[in-house]
Amino acid sequence: MNGLRELSRRQWLVLTLLGASTFLGLWYFLAFIGVTPQKFLPTPLDVVQRFFTLSTEPFVGMTLFGHLASSFHRFLSGFGLAVAIGVPLGLLMATSKVVDRIVTPLFESIRFVAPIAWIPFAALWFGTGMGGPVLIIFMGAFPPVLINTYRGSKYVDVKYLEAAWTLGASRFRVMTEVLMPAAVPSIVAGLRVSAGLGWQSLVGAELIAASSGVGYMMVKGQQSIDTSTVMSGMLAIGLVGLLIDILLRKLQERVSQC
Amino acid sequence: MNAVKNILNVLVSVAGVLLVWLTLTTWTGIIEPNRFPNPMEFWVSLKQIALQGYGNGKLHQHILQSVILVTTSFLVASTAGVTLGLLMGASRRIEAFVNPVFLTLRPIPPLAWIPLAIVWLGLDNSAKVMVIFVAAFVPSVINSYAAVRSIETPILEASAMLGIRRWLHWKEVLIPASLPLIFTGLRLSLQASWTTLVAAELIGALLGLGSILNQAAQDIYPAMILVGMFSVAVSGWLMTVLLGVIERRAMPWRASP
Repeated sequence: MNGLRELSRRQWLVLTLLGASTFLGLWYFLAFIGVTPQKFLPTPLDVVQRFFTLSTEPFVGMTLFGHLASSFHRFLSGFGLAVAIGVPLGLLMATSKVVDRIVTPLFESIRFVAPIAWIPFAALWFGTGMGGPVLIIFMGAFPPVLINTYRGSKYVDVKYLEAAWTLGASRFRVMTEVLMPAAVPSIVAGLRVSAGLGWQSLVGAELIAASSGVGYMMVKGQQSIDTSTVMSGMLAIGLVGLLIDILLRKLQERVSQC
Repeated sequence: MNAVKNILNVLVSVAGVLLVWLTLTTWTGIIEPNRFPNPMEFWVSLKQIALQGYGNGKLHQHILQSVILVTTSFLVASTAGVTLGLLMGASRRIEAFVNPVFLTLRPIPPLAWIPLAIVWLGLDNSAKVMVIFVAAFVPSVINSYAAVRSIETPILEASAMLGIRRWLHWKEVLIPASLPLIFTGLRLSLQASWTTLVAAELIGALLGLGSILNQAAQDIYPAMILVGMFSVAVSGWLMTVLLGVIERRAMPWRASP
């Protein structure tokens, strides 16, 4: 409630429709009266049409879904790598002071470099291959996974840790059977942030160094001043990003219920 | 005592990183020089860009260009974003009216606006202002909206019951209670702006930190790439620290952790 009067369902519907139609109407109007040439500002309908044409006809080598699949493949590799390294490293840092002391300064100094700033080295190290974009996604997705795993494990009640250590559990068992289960909610929350950052870093990487993918498609559209292709790309990126976030939110809800 | 210990810790860490770096490059050569520079090359390149200049300008000119562009666009965007967020939080009508547009545009990452900005505005500063605006706007809106909605009901009820005037209600109740989350949003906004600007400059700019990276990548000059990354990181970090200082000044009633 928050001290605010709830709107009735009808009021809400009217206002929402009004908001959406004002936006679309204004866009249509601007595109229609021709203050801007049509290739710079297509109407919303043009964009939707372009979106569907791109889905069936190939543009710069692939259809929209081909580009999306190629982007998604890169995303999964980079994100997967970030999880595969970030979670164990976070747990290890929580159990070992030595590892913590070594990793923390390195990590803190690298974390402030924007993932996008790795592009020159990515190009230098991997050329135009798959490795470059994966490195960029990794740089975007890695910090939240590591930080959340580490923080989640630090919140574990010391009693459980002491009990496990005195009962002679190995470091591996402490990590997998004490810290890991306790840190899961925090880890999953980190995954959501990291997927978002990874997806957006991927788009940046594809704008600069790639020869397929939605980002690449948008750059090609930009170079031929094909605004409806650029906007279709934005639409596709937004939709897939939203889908990833919804999936991880479902996972998060599932985890917090147990 | 604690401060001394902290400084000592930092010094030891820096020395450690430097030692690992020297070992891997200069001393053992595990990492080849054409892949990653050694500390000496880094120092030489840093001196070169600071004193003679590289890629259309000296280091301080690049930094100033990027920092001024980010700060001004960030200030404009976050002012607009926080205002809209507060309004959406305080009124369900405004929320219902704005939400369909906002929720549609929100999932589009700021970097995905770069091609559109280039089509519309070309490669000069105005295109960068546009993408920074988009990057900074969304987190400011979301967090200030959430801030107003998370104010406890009794506080709002007390304020309403005491018959406070509307602008006083905003000035004395809504905004102060929202400040902590607003600043969380501002910090996210600033980071997003910085990343987006660097990306936009990488794609096309004559001056600015991203343009150093771009130039160095084309010249295959690893040491200068590292100098560029280093400058991006340090400038970004300094701006975050500055925002932290402002945050503490703005909320003197909150004990610093």
